[in-house]
Amino acid sequence: MQPSCVDLPAQWDDPNAEPLIRFEAVTKRFSSFTAIDDLTLDIFEQEFFALLGPSGCGKTTLMRMLAGFETPTEGKILLEKNDIAAVPPNKRNVNMMFQSYALFPHLSVYDNIAFGLKRSDMPKSEIGGRVDEMLRLTRLEPLAPRKPHQVSGGQRQRIALARSLAKSPKLLLLDEPLGALDKKLRQDTQFELMDIQEKTGTTFVIVTHDQEEAMTVASRVAVMDQGRIVQIATPDQIYEAPNSVYVADFIGDVNIIQGNADPQTGNVTHIHWAEGQSAIVGTASVPLSQGARCFFAIRPEKVAISVARPDDRANAIQGTVLDIAYLGNISTYHVKLASGEVIKAQTANNRRISRRSFTWEDPVWLSWTDTAGIILTE
Amino acid sequence: MNYRRLFLIWVPYIWLLALFLIPFGIVLKIALSDIALAIPPYTPKLDLSAGWESITSYFSQLDLENFIFLTEDDLYWRAYLSSLKIAVYSTIATLIVGYPIAYGMAKASPEWRPTLMMLVILPFWTSFLIRVYSWMGILSQEGYLNQFLLWTGVVSEPLVILNTNLAVYIGIVYTYLPFMVLPIYAALGKLDESLLEAAEDLGCSKSSAFWLVTIPLSKSGIIAGSFLVFIPALGEFVIPSLLGGSKTLMIGKVLWEEFFSNRDWPVASAVAVVLLLILVIPIILFQRNEQKQREQDG
Repeated sequence: MQPSCVDLPAQWDDPNAEPLIRFEAVTKRFSSFTAIDDLTLDIFEQEFFALLGPSGCGKTTLMRMLAGFETPTEGKILLEKNDIAAVPPNKRNVNMMFQSYALFPHLSVYDNIAFGLKRSDMPKSEIGGRVDEMLRLTRLEPLAPRKPHQVSGGQRQRIALARSLAKSPKLLLLDEPLGALDKKLRQDTQFELMDIQEKTGTTFVIVTHDQEEAMTVASRVAVMDQGRIVQIATPDQIYEAPNSVYVADFIGDVNIIQGNADPQTGNVTHIHWAEGQSAIVGTASVPLSQGARCFFAIRPEKVAISVARPDDRANAIQGTVLDIAYLGNISTYHVKLASGEVIKAQTANNRRISRRSFTWEDPVWLSWTDTAGIILTE
Repeated sequence: MNYRRLFLIWVPYIWLLALFLIPFGIVLKIALSDIALAIPPYTPKLDLSAGWESITSYFSQLDLENFIFLTEDDLYWRAYLSSLKIAVYSTIATLIVGYPIAYGMAKASPEWRPTLMMLVILPFWTSFLIRVYSWMGILSQEGYLNQFLLWTGVVSEPLVILNTNLAVYIGIVYTYLPFMVLPIYAALGKLDESLLEAAEDLGCSKSSAFWLVTIPLSKSGIIAGSFLVFIPALGEFVIPSLLGGSKTLMIGKVLWEEFFSNRDWPVASAVAVVLLLILVIPIILFQRNEQKQREQDG
């Protein structure tokens, strides 16, 4: 999916690689409220980096510090090794695409895109060519003479993108760039964004609260909570190997079962989680002490649901179907266990709905392998 | 036909007809008449009871004599020009004073805005005449301003401000300031803060962002405010007669003198009709411009 991950050696795994952006122990306080709390972060050249988190987690503050609209209370932000704290927004080689797009309503599409170039030291004769290039890149050529309010929402989004890319910034910041678009358009635009990022080779930092969007576009995702970064990893690692219950729960759907660890040979670990239920067999990534409190996290699509007890799986629990969420291509079953917990299991609807072998109140078996879930300690 | 809708459309038209068009017709009629020593002091008079004959003879007696007279005596066109000059300058001065006030109000924290708005409107709670009179007390040679300037030692002789054109400018700017501030404030209040950030992000300094974004986007407020000041300032009578000197020539004053001192109603009416035409032209131009803008944006 992500050519940059496959073709290039991942820069973030190379200890000698020089980051484009480095946050060094950055803290930002607004009077008594701490928006960013002692945060350290590296962003590399040509990355498509996503800052993901719920509203109020500090992701927008982080981005505004990069753009120059806020200055850190403590710590340093380095752009190519230079501290940029004192550099005003208009002197930074960083451009931002605003959530509201912030297109100038009194200027035509063409003049909006040319706005930044006219303020730069680019010779007048070259500006026209550059604007045309941007219009071509974003497929806006026929709209050049229009005013922003005469074009559609998706086109406005592309104008904003063209305008922020026109000055060829080192770093492009995108603040919820697709938030105002409807779902279908959003999906198309995500791929377009990735395309443009690859074509221009610009480093993109995107702020979003939409985990699907972050997963689709980004080469790396930073999950934030309360001014801190909880985990930074590639989308597949974030999904498959979250480092905490918070990340597991924030990204996608997950079942969390709390229990006590009972390490066996190797890294096979049994988790005792309820009276009268057999222990969950899982694989621990870090050694756990006997009886340590832990959480077993498993994605619904990794839980199989069947009428008969499967005998080739390490884990099998019986329950009754409480609810069925039918989504067309997939169905999510909410299965109530004897102990009262509800476990979600997801299956692809590759049979017609009338041929479904179980329905509400039916007793079913839930099963998964010993490596399907992960064991978390926090 | 929808009677309700018809009614709604006709209410403003009847209003305009009764309160603008009919009085204007009467003024125009007087302007086309001749002065006479009678009550009312003009001739001919329309007598509808005497039949068709008298109506035709009435209309045949109307002429443009008074308008021709206005062009012959240079007092009138000098008064028009001087009024135009004073109105234009004082509109510019009001804009220069009013824009920063409106800008400050729009930038103030939201809990302060109603208070600031109140302060702008507050002077209207006292009579306009009293407020202009109080400026006489401030600007006269023994007034508060001169007392203050002499006390601080900025001047050694009291300044002559009252009864000059400067006093008229001060009076107009003071009186019409709210009409400039409020529309600009309304336009600036709608300004999206992120547009200024976007301008800065794209390489503008704070001051160039102001000229390239804030000013063009408050244009509608500036135009509306300027008209609201310019139009009444052009025909202003009270301020020049109270604060201005004998050399201050304004058409409002001329009109007053024709009407009440000379009791020449026909000439006074002609002056008023020409003044109205002078005012109608910029209003039509302004509206056509707005219309064109809307069609382009459409």
